[in-house]
Amino acid sequence: MLRNSRTERLVALVLVAPFLAIYLLAFVYPTVQMFRISFTDAPLIGAGRWVGLDNYLRLDNDPMFRRALWNTAYFVLMTVVPGTLIALLIALGVSRLKGRFQAIVLALFFLPYILPVSVVYLIWDWTLNFQFGIAMHVLDWLGIPRVPVFKSRVWFLPAVAGVTIWWTAGFSILLFLAGLRSIPVEIYEAAALDNSTRWTTFRRITWPLLWPITSLVFTIQLILQLKIFDQVYLFSIGGRPNDNMVLVYYVFQKAFQQNQGGRAAAVAVTLFVLVVVVSVLQFQLLRFAERRRR
Amino acid sequence: MNAMAAQRWNFWGGIITALTLVWAILWAFPLYWGVISSLKPDDEVIRPYIELWPETPTLENYISALTTTQIGAWYVNSVAVAVGVTIITIFISMLCGYAISQLRFPGRIVLWWLILASFMVPTSALIINHFVLVANLGLLNSWAGIMLPQLIHPVIIIVYKQFFDQVPKDFREAAVMDNASEFGILFKIYMPMNWGVTTALSIVCFIWTWNAFLWPFLSVTRTEMMTITVGITQVNDAFGVYYARQLSAAVLAGLPVALAYLFFQRRVTEAITLSAGIKG
Repeated sequence: MLRNSRTERLVALVLVAPFLAIYLLAFVYPTVQMFRISFTDAPLIGAGRWVGLDNYLRLDNDPMFRRALWNTAYFVLMTVVPGTLIALLIALGVSRLKGRFQAIVLALFFLPYILPVSVVYLIWDWTLNFQFGIAMHVLDWLGIPRVPVFKSRVWFLPAVAGVTIWWTAGFSILLFLAGLRSIPVEIYEAAALDNSTRWTTFRRITWPLLWPITSLVFTIQLILQLKIFDQVYLFSIGGRPNDNMVLVYYVFQKAFQQNQGGRAAAVAVTLFVLVVVVSVLQFQLLRFAERRRR
Repeated sequence: MNAMAAQRWNFWGGIITALTLVWAILWAFPLYWGVISSLKPDDEVIRPYIELWPETPTLENYISALTTTQIGAWYVNSVAVAVGVTIITIFISMLCGYAISQLRFPGRIVLWWLILASFMVPTSALIINHFVLVANLGLLNSWAGIMLPQLIHPVIIIVYKQFFDQVPKDFREAAVMDNASEFGILFKIYMPMNWGVTTALSIVCFIWTWNAFLWPFLSVTRTEMMTITVGITQVNDAFGVYYARQLSAAVLAGLPVALAYLFFQRRVTEAITLSAGIKG
């Protein structure tokens, strides 16, 4: 087939240009700038002097940074593993249902995921309200003393982790359902003919065949939760944000509340590197999974 | 399978189904509770016992939210930003996806890898420099400023490329024979053949933008320019907290996305699985 390659190049340029322009302006440029100012003592807005690795070296002795790192890790631990398992259990339950009934039950599990974080915050802040929350009535009824969940140092992160699982499980459930659907029915029929028990069927068939999806869900969750900010910020309103410090919150605090752009950028770069490393891992897993599916 | 085993299988199957159902109801209960509380008058909301249905259902909290807060302005801002981001993002991503999928030009492979790579970059790490950029452009507290950093969704380009790749080559060749231009081929063949994906991606792009919190929260300081997701958390009353009114504001903020999901359930779930890199 004949192709006029000059016209083709021109057309391609026109088609790619709008995206490329926005991409360079709102993505590449800020990324480069982030690395650059992390080596300066710049305020949030304005120039700064070159300080070399100073911002990074300071992080090493910065107790608040340590706390942010530790809390982020703690939060990731409390959301990713339980979140993945809960979503898998729900998906297994939902996948047994049929037709409209399945759609309705799935919608009940999925609805929270579609809501804005601030709505999720207001609903749970109300549900767990120390004075009037319905959860506290349930605690009274069970004879357990009430807990001011979001004012408590011990309970804050676990509670936010629980709310986060509730909020985001819908997404993982969806991926698990897609994975379950792609397992051929014949395999299960064969297992049934062999009188295989439910548990054996799960362990020998479902779990191994679902593994690529499980690892995908796991890494997507991992990346998402490393970037935790919104919920921690919202539930900390009127509370103690410094006790619940996480990485993005620390970037926000340093840059926007303490006007230390350079030092905030060093924290941001740390987060950046952390997420990129995990993402590269995820990308490899995904390619691996794709190859196995073919 | 013998009869006994079948019976055992069904018995446990029934129990699992029942458990799933109970779990689903408990799962969605906080949503129900939030909506129901928003329909109760102030004195009923704080009663020290559980009432699953309001004694005197009322819309007064909604009226109060609409009249005493700037929720109307926030709604307008949210709609403008979400619609704007959706239209621009879908359009530029479709053009770019088409070029990468169908045209041969220098830098194509590099561009594709750049897009795949940017998939991995956490935008929340870029907040400082997004803020500096938008401030320098003089766009803080404006719709354009809220929109700018949200226009990049590499995943939408990736999905478009995959779908355009799957359009049979015959269509293209026939059109080229008829001397159709590249734009003609895109807008008259490739785009109409993929309306389904465009609808699905548009709905989730709208939902993502509507729900965005961190960037709209940082880039807006003036109350009347806030999006609704930020606004409902930033304004407290000088005279204590009105729980029911706050919840009615939350219901109003969540309603558009909840309805978008309920109406287009299939499309939404399809687009979300696609965006995770799986064909549903």
